[in-house]
Amino acid sequence: MSQIPALIPTSLLLAALLSLLAGLRSQRAGHAVAATGIVVSFAAALVGMWEVVSTGQSIRYALGGWIPPIGIEFVLDHLAAYMTTLITFIGVVVIFYAPRSIRFESPGKATFTYPSMALLLAGLSGMALTGDIFNLYVFLEIAALAAYALLAIGDRGGPFATLRYLLIGAAGGGLYLLGVGFLYFSAGTLNMADLSGILPELVENRAVMAAAALMVIGLGLKMALFPMHFWMPDVYTNAPSAVAGLIAPIMTKVSAYAIIRLFLDVYPPGFFTETLPITATVGWLAAGGILYGSILAIGQHDYRRMLAYSSVGQISYVGLGIGLANPIGLIGGLLHIVNHALMKGLLFLIGGSVRLRTGVTRIPDMKGLGKAMPWTMYAFVIGALAMVGIPPTAGFFSKLYLLIGAVEAGAWVWFAVIIASSLLSAVYFFRVTEMIFRDPGSDPAETSREQGGERDEPTPEHPVGEAPASMLVPVIILAVGVILVGVFNFAIISALLESVVAPLEG
Amino acid sequence: MTIEFFAGRYPYILIAVLLGIGLYGMTMKRNLLKKVIGMTIFQTAIYLFFIQGANKMGATIPVFSEELGTEPTAYMNPLPQVIVLTAIVVGVAITGVALALILLTYKRYGSLDEEVIIQRMRESA
Repeated sequence: MSQIPALIPTSLLLAALLSLLAGLRSQRAGHAVAATGIVVSFAAALVGMWEVVSTGQSIRYALGGWIPPIGIEFVLDHLAAYMTTLITFIGVVVIFYAPRSIRFESPGKATFTYPSMALLLAGLSGMALTGDIFNLYVFLEIAALAAYALLAIGDRGGPFATLRYLLIGAAGGGLYLLGVGFLYFSAGTLNMADLSGILPELVENRAVMAAAALMVIGLGLKMALFPMHFWMPDVYTNAPSAVAGLIAPIMTKVSAYAIIRLFLDVYPPGFFTETLPITATVGWLAAGGILYGSILAIGQHDYRRMLAYSSVGQISYVGLGIGLANPIGLIGGLLHIVNHALMKGLLFLIGGSVRLRTGVTRIPDMKGLGKAMPWTMYAFVIGALAMVGIPPTAGFFSKLYLLIGAVEAGAWVWFAVIIASSLLSAVYFFRVTEMIFRDPGSDPAETSREQGGERDEPTPEHPVGEAPASMLVPVIILAVGVILVGVFNFAIISALLESVVAPLEG
Repeated sequence: MTIEFFAGRYPYILIAVLLGIGLYGMTMKRNLLKKVIGMTIFQTAIYLFFIQGANKMGATIPVFSEELGTEPTAYMNPLPQVIVLTAIVVGVAITGVALALILLTYKRYGSLDEEVIIQRMRESA
């Protein structure tokens, strides 16, 4: 069973390679191979999580048999199990959703989409599993490169938006690598467990401080932490729906996870909170991001752009959890990683279904969809309620824990920010909901033609109706997931997250 | 004092200057190709940082030799070099993807100037 940590990324990497080879012969075969690899890795992640939860021990795997700290090791602990399960789950949902959507939105690109998706998941799960700070950089860039390829196949503006993202991403990765250099030259090791033993003696070392700052800034760029978020709206707006539904939920979260990992497991306790006020800085930036994202989301007419701005706000909740730096607040932030992944994945995929059936991406054109696509729209309502934070959806509980954390920390400004942003989300989501269930005065397709629409918009496959099963089922699964995670959030916390935040208790 | 300060640290100062040039190119230049050149300079500065950090006067390649024995100061540390090699591979991949994206952008908008492209995007929207 100790092979589990290696199995998760390896099956994905293998699937990426084989899927490309198979895909060159037939698209269907390429999809089947990629889907198999992703399902296998999801199964491995589940088994791994079960092992970790039932034994309470983390599973360590030394790559190539080289004993750490000389060699690289994968560590499947509670936090890594939590992240890999989420990453591969979103992967499974999206890979089955993708074929219809990709064929419609980016015809002819499917062959290369599936391998890139597997590669992206391999990079992200590798980031979650690795116990080596340089190895984390490599996986970070693998994920980033796959993401650039996936994002660029979108609409007409896709390559340009992606190029700007690439420049930011390269700068972020570079700063992180520079931080790794500072850390290595002062501590002499790259292994996280080893570092956490050595660093307490080096707290006063300026290079160690600089390393922390550089790595957090680098990861902050990747995480789209306000005000380093500016690449995100354009990228998500131009991405194909299935890709946005894969990248928006998990990509930025994994960078946030890396910051949490540095904060909890690499640097000595108190370093990020007292020696250098990193958590407080992240928290204040996040508070700014929450307000900024929520306010800008209100003014957007494009559905995907609205979701992108709301993502800027939502990822900041995770940042706020880091900023609070007390157990309950960080639990809220960590829980929000899963919650937001499910909700945002759900909402982006719904956008894709709507686009397939009607060709519409603008909110004013969504009039009357409640009648045409009832199931998809009920799922949308669940997603919207979760974004606002109505119980018993998942969104409620993470915000609740963040609020309790804010009270405990006496951070009243942040408390107000969370409340205000929930109200703002209510504004922009109820605006859409109202539009959807409004009686269509005229044919929705006609309205879009009157307003000019987007010129390079592909024409819809069918007259308005419910999305095909391959796209509806993933949407329903995510919608049910949003509710289940909300109802069973306490089980997740006691099984996984409580031991993650244990270092903060003392 | 100042001369000694620079004499001991000039490689790092040079690296810092290169990092600055790279960041300037990436953020301030309007031409997309110049942005990518800036990115390459930025990455190169990081490679140089690792090489400089691992530099050891009078040390030789990290292959065991009978004469030098197990004296650690006699050998270079191979790890930073390996890190740089890996980082170079990553950097080449990023540059390749960036150039492909530039090509696509140029085909669609007929320009490499950021401002012009943004203007044309607005016109077509």
